[in-house]
Parts: sequence; C-alpha cells; structure tokens
Amino acid sequence: MSALRDLLSSLTPLGRALLALMAAALLVLPYVLNSYLLTLAILILYLAYTGQAWNVMMGFCGQLSLGHALYVGLGAYAAAVLYAKFQVGPWAGIWLALALCVVAGAVIGFLAFRFSIAGVYFALLTIAFAEFTRIGFENLSWVGGTGGLFIKVAQRHHIDLLNLRGTPAMFYYVILALAAAAFALSGWLLRSRVGYYWQAIREDEEAAQALGINTFLWKMAAVTISAAMTGVAGVFYAFYYNNLFPGQVFNIEQSIEIILGPIIGGLGTLFGPILGATVITALGEGITNAVNALGFDIPGVKQVFYGVALMCVIMFLPDGIWPPLARKLGLRRKD
Amino acid sequence: MPPVLVVNVLISGVLAGLVYGLMALGLSVIFGVVRVVNFAHGQMMTVAMYAAVLLFAWLKLDPILAILPVAALFFVLGYALQSSIINPFITRPEHSQFILLVALATIISNVLLMGFGPDARSVQTSYGLNSYAIGQILFDQSRVYAGSAAIACSAALFAFFRFAPTGKAIRACADNYLGAKVVGLNVKHLYALTFGLGAACVAAAGCMIVLLVDVTPDLGSYYTLLAFVIVIVGGLGSMGGALLGGVLIGVSEALAGLFFDPAAKSMFSFALLILVLLFRPQGLLGRRR
Repeated sequence: MSALRDLLSSLTPLGRALLALMAAALLVLPYVLNSYLLTLAILILYLAYTGQAWNVMMGFCGQLSLGHALYVGLGAYAAAVLYAKFQVGPWAGIWLALALCVVAGAVIGFLAFRFSIAGVYFALLTIAFAEFTRIGFENLSWVGGTGGLFIKVAQRHHIDLLNLRGTPAMFYYVILALAAAAFALSGWLLRSRVGYYWQAIREDEEAAQALGINTFLWKMAAVTISAAMTGVAGVFYAFYYNNLFPGQVFNIEQSIEIILGPIIGGLGTLFGPILGATVITALGEGITNAVNALGFDIPGVKQVFYGVALMCVIMFLPDGIWPPLARKLGLRRKD
Repeated sequence: MPPVLVVNVLISGVLAGLVYGLMALGLSVIFGVVRVVNFAHGQMMTVAMYAAVLLFAWLKLDPILAILPVAALFFVLGYALQSSIINPFITRPEHSQFILLVALATIISNVLLMGFGPDARSVQTSYGLNSYAIGQILFDQSRVYAGSAAIACSAALFAFFRFAPTGKAIRACADNYLGAKVVGLNVKHLYALTFGLGAACVAAAGCMIVLLVDVTPDLGSYYTLLAFVIVIVGGLGSMGGALLGGVLIGVSEALAGLFFDPAAKSMFSFALLILVLLFRPQGLLGRRR
C-alpha cells in the first residue's frame, strides 16, 4: 500500500485527477462502447498487461527479450489443453501455466546468465527458444499441430466466470483486473528493494556487482516474474480467442507486438506500457479505417503505413511518449 | 537408407549452405563493423529474389548474371539506407535499433505483397532439371552454379577486406572506432560503405537462391532468422564463420528433411543455435569477446 501512496504522491494534482478520471472511465466503458470499440478496449488492455510484464524484465532490469511469445504460447496451451482434454477449468489451469512459464523463464535465464550471454546475444537466444518451441508445437499432433487447438465456444450471453465463458464485457473486466494488478505489482516492485537492485543492474551491471548485489539471482527473478506474468496473459488469450495456432501464438510477430507498447510508451515507466498499447492499437485501427474509407484496400497497404508510423515514432521520440508528455503537461512531480 | 542417397542429399545441402553462408556474411559484416543487427536482412534478400525473377521474366537474364546489376543496385541502396536512416541509431540502445529495423522489414515485405501478391514466383532456367553425374553421385546443375557463385562472391569480399586499402580502413573502424577517427578516417562514409557491401552480399545470395526455391513476400522473416542462426553458430563478426555456419545449417536442413519431417527442419537449426550459444557463445570461429 505504501508503494501505491508513493506512486500517487509522485504525481501532481492534475496527474492524480487524470488518473482517477481514467480509472472511473475504465470501469464504465462496457456500458457506453459498442461491440467493436469494446473489442479494441480489450485488445488495448491485453497489450497493456503483456507490455507491463515485459517491462519488468527489460524496462526495470535491462534484459532484452524478443521471445515473449514463448510465455504467451506456453500459458495458453497449458490452460487450453487442460480445459479441452481434461475438463479442468482455467483457474486451475493458470497454475500449470505459471509453473511452465516460470520453469521456461528460469531455464533460459539460468543458461544465459550462467554462461554470461548478454545484449544482442541474449535477445537472439530468446528468439531461438520461442521459434524452437513454435516449430515443436507445430509438429506435436497431440495438441493439434499446425491444425490448431480449439476450445468449445459457449453461448455469449451466459456468464460463467469459473470457466471464463461469457460475454465480451466479462472478458473486459477480467483483463481490466489483470492490467490493474500488473500495474500495481510493477509499481510495488519498482519501489521495493528488488526494484532498486534491478535498476542498478540495468544502469551498470559491473558496478551493481561491485556493490554486492547478486546480479545472477536478481536477473533470474526478473525473468521468472516477467515470464509468469506473461503466462497469465496466455491463459486469457486462449479463453478469449478460443483457438490456438502455434504459428500465431508463438510467432515472433506476437513478441514484437508485446514489446511495441512499452517502447513506444516509455521504457521502464509505469504508465508507458498503458499509453503505448493505446497509441499502437489506435494507430493500427485508425490506419485500417482510413484505408477502408479511402477505398484502396490492397493486402499489405495497412502494414506499410503502420511500419512508416512506427519508424517515425522511434526516430523522433527516442524515450517514448510518456516521459515528454508527462513533462509537458506537468503530470509528474519533479524530484 | 541407401548411402548414395545420403551423399547426394549432403552435397545439395552443402551447395545450398554456401548460398546461405553468403547471405549471412552480409549480416556478419554489417554487425561486425557497424554494430547494428540488421533485422531486415531476410526482407532485403526477398527484394533481391524478386529483382532476379523480374530480370529473368523481362530480359531472360540468367539469375547468375543478374547478380552484377542487382548487387550494384543494392550496394547503392544499402549505402543510402545507412547514411540516412540507420546512422543516427548506431549510438541508440539495441531495442531502438530493433524497432527501427523491424519497421523497415514490415514495410519491405508488405510493399512486396502489394506489388506481387501472395503467390509464389519462380525462375525456370533451361538447365533447371539437369545434373552432373559422377558415378551414382549427382550434382544438381542449378546448385553447382549457385554454390560456385557464392564461393566467388565470398572470395572477392575476403580479398577486399584483406588487401584493398578501403577494406583495411573498414577493419580499422571495426577494431577501434575512436582510433579510426583519430587517424582521420571518415567513419560515417566507411560505415555506409560497409552496409552497402552487406546489402550487396545479400542481393547476390538472393539472385542465387531463386535457382533453388520459389519466392513469396513473406519469406523474409524466415531468412532473417536463418541468417541470425548462421552467424551466431559461425561467430558473429567472423567472415569464415559465416560461411562455415551456412554450410552447417544447409547440411542440417537437408539431413533433417531426409531423416525426419521436412517441416521440422528449422527446429534442428534452432537447436544447434541454442547449443552453440550455451557452449561456445562466441560461435565456432568467433573470437572471445
């Protein structure tokens, strides 16, 4: 709780007012949005959540993972297999998802940090593990292989929170709760002892080690916490979309989508992943709608505009959107 | 499994692997000097493949001969790309460079999709189905041409870096950035030259590989990942390592296709990558960092 109070006191009155307004708006959104906008809101919150999870590892501790799709996929398949094959509900499945992701993260982290693989090499190692697992799942016929794994779609009017079957509004509140929890957890971590260790490692690992910080241990903690958080997103993914294809869920595109939000929003900040997810989704949808309205919908044209926009953002806002925005509008107190 | 079949598959794997090696050589040279990982490498390769396909369709130009104009064009494009867009990013953190080049990759593969549609294109040369036979051992003619061209291009690049003054200057930049500046080298120009050379390598490899495979717009990310695997296995920044890695990956893909499911072939490449990263992180021929 004290961490939350710290967080609030780091904001100016204007910032606090905006935060309260945003929280209130998020709570009533399903009652005012049509189903298309609600789908977008769910997507934004999903990306805000996964972005927050990735941010723990990269933004706080400086370990660049380009293979977070691995944890989404493992979490999704764990819960979906338990549900589709053994009739075990998602709230039990989540524990298997957590366990698998913690083990996967710990294995990758242990191997990499033990053999002092860092920087680009570490990033490529994470890609390699994700791709290896993707191809493995594509050839694993027990879980459907390339044909995919499907969860029976229940009727959309009845709400069954125990089995995560229900209306889009229910999924909205579930992912809202997850995103809020990830936000609070990140805020707490960032201001805890661990958070300061991580930031020391991020800024200068050798100096951190010289200060007596067990860098191996705390980097492992960052990877496993981040992996576990991402695995929970996988469970949501499985039950929200009801179908899983290794080529989608483990794909490097999925990893890229996860990291865009925090990088565009502001790496290592708490509001960055949320803001970034919103901007990225709005950008993508805006381009789609503009292209459709103008009537030149050739396959590929949206992605080209998206790529150009992405390039511009990364060129002109190297620190992301949140830090300069917060400065300009005076949302954050100066320390 | 008859041993002749295994030998034939091995040979075709080696020949394809030489082309992979040349592609990876481009990535390795760029990383070794500019210290930027070109995440759009495979997409650049597909552009070259389409260029070769078009030149063949319009002018009946053999892809092996198309290497010269396409590589020259890519050299210019690579030079321009480095000096305009990428150069401001060389001092930025890795994740920034990653986003920039991933955005570039997205643009390239989708422009190709817009221009050519999703269908596969290929080159039908007159010698496409011919092969040289020594006893029972067959050498596929297209692969022999592609492999020899890859060796020739790599040898030219080796000679350039070894003997040409500009090549030596580029190596000096890679060894000591500050020192190179102190002795008056134009580092920005040399970086752009290096990126141009890397692009020319991948362009040449693209022209060769159309003899062996069909091209689709979404092939880029596969080749990007393949190039990473090869340079890490061989040693990022080591030129000989890139060729060795290419041959190893070519052979492992060919053998995996023969003994297991062809769909699982890249799984072996990634397994090899993980093993190398763990037990020899500098790569087979790389120097210890």
